[in-house]
Amino acid sequence: MSLFYRNKKEFPKFKIPSGCAVFGVIDESGKRFSGEIAMEGISVMHDRSNGLGGGFAAYGIYPQFDNNTVFHIIYDDIEAKRQTEDEIAENFDILLKEEIPTRKISKIKGPPLIFRYFLELKDDSLFYEDDDVSYNRIDKDRGTKEEDIIADFVMRVNGNIGGAYIISSGKNMGIFKGVGYPEDIGMFFKLDEYSGYLWTSHGRFPTNSVGWWGGAHPLGILDWSVVHNGEISSYGTNRRFVSGYGYECTLSTDTEVIACLFDLIVRKQKIDIGMIHWILSPPFWEEIENMTDENKKILKALRMFYGGALLNGPFSIIAGNTNYMYALNDRIKLRPLVAARKDSYLFISSEEAPIRKVCSSPDVIWRPDGGEPVIGKIRKIKKKSGSKKNNRGGYYGNEIKKLENSGSLVN
Amino acid sequence: MALSLVQPEFEIERDLSKCISCQVCVRQCSSGVHEYDKESGVIYSDGAKCVGCHRCESMCPTGALKIKEIKSQFMANHNWTGEHLRNIYRQADSGRVILTGMGCDKPYTIYWDRILFNASQVTNPSIDPLREPMEIKTFIGRKPDNLEFEVKGSSKNKAVRLKTKLYPQMELSTPIMFSAMSYGSISLNACSALAAAASESGTYYNTGEGGWHKDLYKYARNTIVQVASGRYGVDVDYLNRGAAVEIKIGQGAKPGIGGHLPGGKVSGDISDTRMIPEGTDAISPAPHHDIYSIEDLSQLVHALKVATNWSRPVGVKVAAVHNIAPIASGIVRAGADFIAIDGLRGGTGAAPQVIRDNVGIPVELAIASVDRRLREEKIRHKASIIAGGSIRSSGDVVKAIALGADAVYIGTAALVALGCHLCQKCYTGKCNWGIATQDPSLTRRLNPETGSRRLTNLLNSWSLEIKEMLGGAGINAIESLRGNREHLRGVGLTDRELKILGIKHAGEAW
Repeated sequence: MSLFYRNKKEFPKFKIPSGCAVFGVIDESGKRFSGEIAMEGISVMHDRSNGLGGGFAAYGIYPQFDNNTVFHIIYDDIEAKRQTEDEIAENFDILLKEEIPTRKISKIKGPPLIFRYFLELKDDSLFYEDDDVSYNRIDKDRGTKEEDIIADFVMRVNGNIGGAYIISSGKNMGIFKGVGYPEDIGMFFKLDEYSGYLWTSHGRFPTNSVGWWGGAHPLGILDWSVVHNGEISSYGTNRRFVSGYGYECTLSTDTEVIACLFDLIVRKQKIDIGMIHWILSPPFWEEIENMTDENKKILKALRMFYGGALLNGPFSIIAGNTNYMYALNDRIKLRPLVAARKDSYLFISSEEAPIRKVCSSPDVIWRPDGGEPVIGKIRKIKKKSGSKKNNRGGYYGNEIKKLENSGSLVN
Repeated sequence: MALSLVQPEFEIERDLSKCISCQVCVRQCSSGVHEYDKESGVIYSDGAKCVGCHRCESMCPTGALKIKEIKSQFMANHNWTGEHLRNIYRQADSGRVILTGMGCDKPYTIYWDRILFNASQVTNPSIDPLREPMEIKTFIGRKPDNLEFEVKGSSKNKAVRLKTKLYPQMELSTPIMFSAMSYGSISLNACSALAAAASESGTYYNTGEGGWHKDLYKYARNTIVQVASGRYGVDVDYLNRGAAVEIKIGQGAKPGIGGHLPGGKVSGDISDTRMIPEGTDAISPAPHHDIYSIEDLSQLVHALKVATNWSRPVGVKVAAVHNIAPIASGIVRAGADFIAIDGLRGGTGAAPQVIRDNVGIPVELAIASVDRRLREEKIRHKASIIAGGSIRSSGDVVKAIALGADAVYIGTAALVALGCHLCQKCYTGKCNWGIATQDPSLTRRLNPETGSRRLTNLLNSWSLEIKEMLGGAGINAIESLRGNREHLRGVGLTDRELKILGIKHAGEAW
């Protein structure tokens, strides 16, 4: 193995706590709509961010490649790109590689190189059996599942190749982020031209003034993406917890560990999504005392086992996944979170105004309690004729039509 | 016999203008320092006999007494300190090993005092423990490799059932337990006070290796029973009556060394409790005679689990020594549900001074390296870590947990709450505070109820302080502190020390 020898150049060796605004919308029917809604929503909360970071996660945007892993990668320089692409080529078949199309706008200054790669894991990927010392982190017991291999690849590139950050690594989804106000980032990435069934977005107010492209939200691993307002005071504990399962937090932000937790708990440990809040933001012991015996038993087991996964400190988060949009507050609700429904749409936002802006008359609007999750779930899984493996989204052929149908949700 | 070269360590200052010759000091001192001369009506004090326990000073109704350490009796010398000279004089006199009590008092780096804890400012709010719930409930015991649930029903109306079988746990309302102190090394009154306070505070005390006195059976739910090399008082009822079993391999004050309770102290009650004939020496061998390897330990752990029908956590206590991390790993793999690590400064009733002061490593470093090692090997969840060996304040507790411990053991701190003044003369059996003695005239000085109240108060105050510190750091559950080294910073430590502790230096932000 040739690589991974360069020093990190601009990779901050510190964690950046974040303030911020979050906004998310999902059409539970699985219909896709333009990113404009998310851009419009997050723009209302301009003052919650300070221009040092904005970003979006979009699901269902690559229907033409919907069964392929897509990497969005930020490069600081050509050398980082060369190294990373060597690594990719060794492990994946590249179906398409392109620079992510952007609009040149004055408000976004000095963007790095931003590429995307549509990939298929090679059957003989070296991760399956390489016994090189540097690959010891892949233990036998983790299995050789495709997702594990990809997650590991992502963490190794982010951790070891100076100036290269894989910011998005799911299927039929993508994370777009950078330094700037979120609405400008949206314009920069032409998100108005994409359509997806789930959008989350983030405006950032980092308390350390270093804004860097990789550190903006959303943070993601595989299909999971997380936008986050707050600070995780239990970061050290959480990071150690996930590290016990082979997750390396490499991006120096507390949000990354949340994405790892979701992936670990939901994908790998197969805990039902309806129980996640009992782990990340569990009820207090005094509440548990008043529960039924079975629930008491469950909660006790969860808190005992997942003590290291408890997210402590103020936060409101929106996690996105192929099937879910999941919003949660800390146990004592130290950060704002508002949710609303209109038909098959679910909106989640730091404030109410953005929801009103994109949907003036929601059916219901409410403020979830601390530790009370709001879950948006894709209800209909559309069968696609002609595609064997596909699971989500529409046809590429319907793209134009979808685009026409999407647009403003106003009223 | 010639006058001893060993000079007194203490002098007694008696303010004659205050002394009313009431003879309280005479009656209080078990070392016979004070003597009343009937003819002259004057009390004479012999500093050479004084151990510095400050009992007379505390009890003097008029405040006439001051016990002073004599500092300048030897020519100042950094290398040949007074202590070295005194020890050599003593050994030249006696030809014996010098005994001492309590923990190492030498000025090795105390890492607790070089570590600072964090607090919230602006970016995350601190939490007021008086207004918001603040959770310090702690579980000690093996955790499963994963949890499996059965989820039935629709998404609106889900019925969830836990499929995984859980291992037995100790449930602590505060992450502080009383460490092993045997009946024999301390008085029954002291044992009762510890047991009652553990029960009152929802935590645990440890019988130590001296068996379990029947008067304390009522505290069974809060009792950890110890199985040490002497096996005193151990039978199947003893194991099953307790809430957990601890195999004692070693203790911080005397790693690798056994124990010896002289036959003179093995009175009726102690002989019953230890299940040995009255008047025989109770000798705890240095190793367990059935444990000469990690496989043997594994067998004993297994045997104890079988004996308790897999219903009790079985742990292992070891002294923190150089290879503590791999040792701990072996212990976990041998099946232990918890590991108690006793650091260099851990206390004892009696130990050779040379061992106490020269063997072992500070518990702070041991916690950090054991926690790291177990995590690297992905077996951290298989055993809880209990740290002991000089936890002096709630600040030490918080730092220990942030370094990776699940809970702490306190021994010396508990005895101090009972009145101990750390004179380090426990091995004489003449403890004036009624703690480390079996002399009825002395043990009755310690009222178990008062003692229990004082210990409960101590646990209460430390718990409150822990909650304040957690709240200040914006955390409302102790599990979020566990292993959270991000909240610790070192001051005045070398790079290597910081690396071992896994913390940054003060001034380094994340």
